Formats: sequence, C-alpha cells, structure tokens
Amino acid sequence: MNDFSDAFATALDLMRSFDPAFIEIVALSLKVSVTAVFFAALLGLPLGALLALKKFPGRGIAVVFLNALMGLPPVVVGLVIYLMLSRAGPFGVFGLLYTPTAMIVAQTVLVLPIIAAIARQTIADLHTEYADQLKSLGAREGQMILTLLAEGRSSLLTALLAGFGRAIAEVGAVMVVGGNIDHYTRTMTTAIALETSKGNLSLAMALGMLLILLTIAVNAAAFGLRRRFSLLGGAS
Amino acid sequence: MSGALLPLRLEGLSFVAGDRLVVDHITADIAPDRITVVLGHNGAGKSMLMRLCHGLMSPTAGAIRWQGREAASLTAEDIARRQSMVFHLPVLLRRTVRQNLSFPLQLRGVTVAQRRKRVDEVIAETGLGPLADRPARALSAGEQQLAAIARAWVTRPDILFLDEPTTHLDPGAVARAEKILLGIRRAGATIMLATHDLAQARRIADQVLFLAGGRLLEDRPAKDFFTAPLTEEARRFLEGRL
Amino acid sequence: MRRWNFIAVLIAALIFLPLRVAAADLLLVSTTSTENSGLFSYLLPKFTAATGIKVHVVAVGTGQALKIGERGDADVLLVHDKPSELAFVAAGYGIDRRQVMYNDFVIVGPAADPAGVAKAASATAAFARIRAAKAPFISRGDESGTHKLEGRLWAALDLRPQSGGDGWYRSIGAGMGAALNMAAASDAYTLSDRGTWLSFQNRRNLTVLYDGDPALFNQYALILVNPARHPHVHVTEARRLMDWLISAEGQAAIASFKIGGQSLFIPNYGKETP
Repeated sequence: MNDFSDAFATALDLMRSFDPAFIEIVALSLKVSVTAVFFAALLGLPLGALLALKKFPGRGIAVVFLNALMGLPPVVVGLVIYLMLSRAGPFGVFGLLYTPTAMIVAQTVLVLPIIAAIARQTIADLHTEYADQLKSLGAREGQMILTLLAEGRSSLLTALLAGFGRAIAEVGAVMVVGGNIDHYTRTMTTAIALETSKGNLSLAMALGMLLILLTIAVNAAAFGLRRRFSLLGGAS
Repeated sequence: MSGALLPLRLEGLSFVAGDRLVVDHITADIAPDRITVVLGHNGAGKSMLMRLCHGLMSPTAGAIRWQGREAASLTAEDIARRQSMVFHLPVLLRRTVRQNLSFPLQLRGVTVAQRRKRVDEVIAETGLGPLADRPARALSAGEQQLAAIARAWVTRPDILFLDEPTTHLDPGAVARAEKILLGIRRAGATIMLATHDLAQARRIADQVLFLAGGRLLEDRPAKDFFTAPLTEEARRFLEGRL
Repeated sequence: MRRWNFIAVLIAALIFLPLRVAAADLLLVSTTSTENSGLFSYLLPKFTAATGIKVHVVAVGTGQALKIGERGDADVLLVHDKPSELAFVAAGYGIDRRQVMYNDFVIVGPAADPAGVAKAASATAAFARIRAAKAPFISRGDESGTHKLEGRLWAALDLRPQSGGDGWYRSIGAGMGAALNMAAASDAYTLSDRGTWLSFQNRRNLTVLYDGDPALFNQYALILVNPARHPHVHVTEARRLMDWLISAEGQAAIASFKIGGQSLFIPNYGKETP
C-alpha cells in the first residue's frame, strides 16, 4: 500500500506548496465545469419545464430521448463538438478548437440532458400537486413555471450538483476538444490522465484525491444551502 | 363590493366523467354577500360543482354566468382573478406564511409597499401573527389551512370558494376557521362552501344547496331547509340515516 | 446569509471573469512521446523568450496528428513516421517538411526475459523470439509512429499478429505511457521510443532488452500545415518556430535536454540519418 501513502504525501505537498501550476489547473477545472453547469441550467431548466408542462405530439419520444442522453459517453460528445468546431467543420471559422471555450461547450452539451431530465421530472411531479392551486391564485403560465421552479429548488439543486459532478469528473470530452494544453486547457482530469501515462502514478493519484476533496467541498456547500432552501427561500 | 361579479347564475350545468354524470343539469342562482353551503354526502358532486363555478374545469354542458354590474366589461382573466378557492388539502408554498400571503398579490403586480400593508391587515384579521414568519410547510394541518384561507382572502375576492376546508381539522381549528369566514362575509365577500358536516352547515349557512347523486335537490334559505326539508333524501341526511 | 452571498459572488466570478491566459500565437500538434518526455516544457520557454511567440502543444499519436493537420486544426506538426509524412505532404496537406532530430526505439520487457530477446541479433529477430515464445506483447494499436514501425517489423517477418485468439499479442489502442504501464503490470514486452522510456517512472520489472539496430532509428520531422489550403494558419509564427528549431541555437537546445545525464533527442537537421 506504499502507492497510496506516497500519493497521500504528494497530495499534501501539492496543497501546502500552493504550486501556481497546480492552482491554475484547479481554477480552470472549476471555471470550465461551473460555467458549463451555468449555461446548461440556463437552457435545461426551461427545456425541462417545457417538456413537463406543454403537451405536443412526440413529447413521449422526446422525454425518452432526453433521459437516454443522460448516459451519453463524454468522448462521443467530445468527438461531435470536435467535428463541429474543427476548421473543417461548420463552426470552424471561430477558431474555438483547443480553447477553454470549446471545453465549456462540450461540457454544457454533456450536462444539459441531466439538468433538463431531472427538472422535467421535478416539475411534472410538482405540477400535479400545485396546478389547480396556482391557477386558482391567479398565476399565468409564465408565473406558474417560475413558481414551480422555485418550489422545486431543492431537487433542482440536486440536478445542478449531478451535472457538476459529471462535468468535473469527465476526461473524454475535455481531452478531445481541449487538447490538454499545458497552462491553457489542462484540467485536473486531463492532468491525471497525463501523469498516469507518464507512469507518475503517485502524482496522478494525488490529483485524484484532491479532485475528490474538491467535489466533497462543493457538495457540502450545497448540502448546507439545501437545508436553508427546503422550507424557506424566495423573495417576499 | 361583490356586486362587481355577483350574482352568479348556473344554467343547466353538467359534467360527465367517463360514463358517469357527476354533475347533473344544475340550475341555481348564487346571491351576493351571503354564505351558501353546498351540502351532501361524499360523491354527491359538491367538489366538481365548486371547480366548475371557479373555472378550474369546463362543464360538459350548461354555462356559468356572472351577472354583476361590471362582469360584462371584464376579461376572463379579470373574472378569474376576482375569485379565490381553498382546497380541502392546503397547498402552501415552501416559504414563510407571510410570503405565502404576499404571493397572490405579487402575481397581480401589486407594489411591495401595498403588499406589505395588505398582508399585515390580513394577518391581524385572522390572528396569524405568531405564525407569520414560520415556514408554512412546517405548520400543523390546521394552521396550514388557516394560512390558506388567509391567502385566499388577501386579494379581497368577490367570491371565495371553499371545498371541504375543515374536514381534516380538529375542533379548535374548525372554530377559528369559521370565525375567520364570518369575518370575511362581514367584510362584504360572498362565500360558497362545500361540506358534508351538518353541524358546520347549521352554524354558518345563509342558504343551502343540497346535492345528491349529482342533482340539486333543494335550494333554500338555511332556516327553512333545516326546519322543513322538502325531499326524502334531505330528511334522511338531516336525521343521519344513509 | 452573508456566507451564501460570498459563495454566489465566487460562482459568478468563476463564470464571468476571463481567463488569465491569453490564446496562443501558435498551435503545435505533436506526439505523446515528445510531450511526455518533457521536451516542450524545456524548449518552448527558450523559444518564447527569443521571439515573444507563445506556443500551445497538443499531444496525440502521429496518425491523429496528421489527421488534425489535414483538417486545418494545427499550425505546425512535429511527428515521426516518414512514409505517412511524405504521403501527407504529397497530398498537399502540408509543406516544408524538415527533419529536425532523432532518437531510437527500444524493446523493453521483463528483466527475466522469458523470450530471450536480449540475445537477438536484430530487431526483427527479437520480434521473432517473442512470437516463438508467445510471450505477452503490448501493441499501441493507435496508428502512432511507434505503432507503424512495429507493424513494419512484423511485416519483415511476414507476420501480422492479431489481438485476441491465443492472447499473447494485445493491441490496446492507447498512448506510449499507457502501453508501458500495461507492460509493467503484466510482465509483457513492448516497443517504446527512448524518450518516453527514459522519463517513464512506473517501470517495476521492465528494462531495456534490445536496442541499437538501425531499423529502430526514430526520425522526427516538422511539417507546416499548408496555408494555401487553410488560410488561418499562422504562417509567420510557424516559420519562426521551424527556423528556430533548425538553427544552431535551437539544435543546441535540443541536445542539452537530458534526463539522468542522457540526451533524449539528438539534433540532426541537414545531416543524413546515422
């Protein structure tokens, strides 16, 4: 078990030293994943609400499709975004391939189905309980959606966390569209992949431990937030 | 003030669910400024009648006609927003009681200052002061229903529908709820309340609509109904026989 | 509540503050072998200091690097598989191919050497011994330069081993580091470039069993992605990088990159292969 004690010591050293290269990698990982979750929520919450509340032909198929997309392999998403952003692809003129922006785009696509699917389920469930009451109180359709989103905030926070967890932990998509460029598109997961391929297993493992620590910290903050959220919240 | 929408005329109102006639050609006039109690057994069609009147469901046949002096000039949404309904199980938002009361005003675009003033008024009228800043969902069933009644009243509706509002409450909470309802009537609102609780009907009804099997069997002033029912079904109901 | 406001500000800052690092002036797509050895983090700061041009490096196998160049997603390539490089240039995807440095491939395997590779007279003979002993062999299987050389060695024996079947030949479809990790974990043989091998840290029982055959010579070459095909290519900066790498200064810098006192790459611009 020497490997693990080595990794542990390396992890401690990394944190103690505040190595700027290491801080840079952590900051980029957080920035890319948090931004991706932000945009995925911006698109996914209304999409989930739409699928929950609007009746249209093919809605059942759309829901099945959306739920299936939750299991999309990151590397496939990476490949699709790569082909789109490549100079030879439809969005090639923007020159976005191998930039953090490309990574954000890929992770947004990756996270969107999770957020939209959980939001849809949450809102559909709440709707059966609340619909008559909100209509009776005089809520218009838009007000109804906003109120249901606010009432479901606890479950929706879980959706955001699930999305963040998927984004921060995935390596396939960011590797393909980001290119793992030192000081530019290197995230914690691509750094772990790189150190593993260099046979530097203790450093790779140490980075892995710190990634776990980071996700625990984010989830703990959300847990505290949820306790405040579950009964209260919302402006008067 | 309730003259704006009321009186309310129900014209041959019917509702079919599957192959069952839940509401069967009901014709009646609901007069303003009084408490009309819709009385009958479970399954008599009371709930559905309330939902039809409030506009949550559309009738299979017949019509709801608001005949007040302003009703003709109001849009469908204005008419809906001058009514409130309290359901037999309250659905409060995951917010404080005060925020719940403020909510319907917020939907109507009332300014913050006016909202605060009106909510304080209603809290004082209904005696909810001690609960005002508690999370609404953490209250007891009785307290939640009182908050739901206060929330329904906060917009000063012309008419307030209540569907078995006190079925799940203990006697103390029932008494508080009825006291609040009598206050609301004094303030000039019309109340239409569905119940199978005979004692409650005797305490608060001005007018009784007696329903059985989806049909309206009696539509009479409360004191006439209770002293001299006209139909065999009503007599048996009053005597507590099934 | 103040604590939650702080968290909200932090999240907003993460989302909306721009990254400190600006986009690069130049994108160099190279092989995992050169990147993993640490060559670029040694060389490129010197180049940037001399010219002010910032370079980003994406490391993939030679096959994928050429694909990326073909699509126009790179400015310069540094790769090591002469036949496919020449085909790439001939097809008009790249121009100005320049041989810049070399190292060599080594056959590594378990120190016990069950196939007797250390006693082989040539690289192909070493491969023949591995095949005869059915000793486990890890193939990159990823169309990289290393994989292509491996294929040529088997072809010289008239062999085309397939993964699966009796299981001694395992094609993993991954980079050099992954192949070495797997060989170390399963006491298998593999073909590695010397640069990756020297900088590899998880060797366990692995050791170099055979080297020195001219057939294992590993030439690296620079290719400029054809600007006539892809007008967005940073031609000026790309040429500065190519010129610097073949200049006396650049060639000396390559020679001075050492691990454990040993040079990983030998500059040879303008010279014939040894």
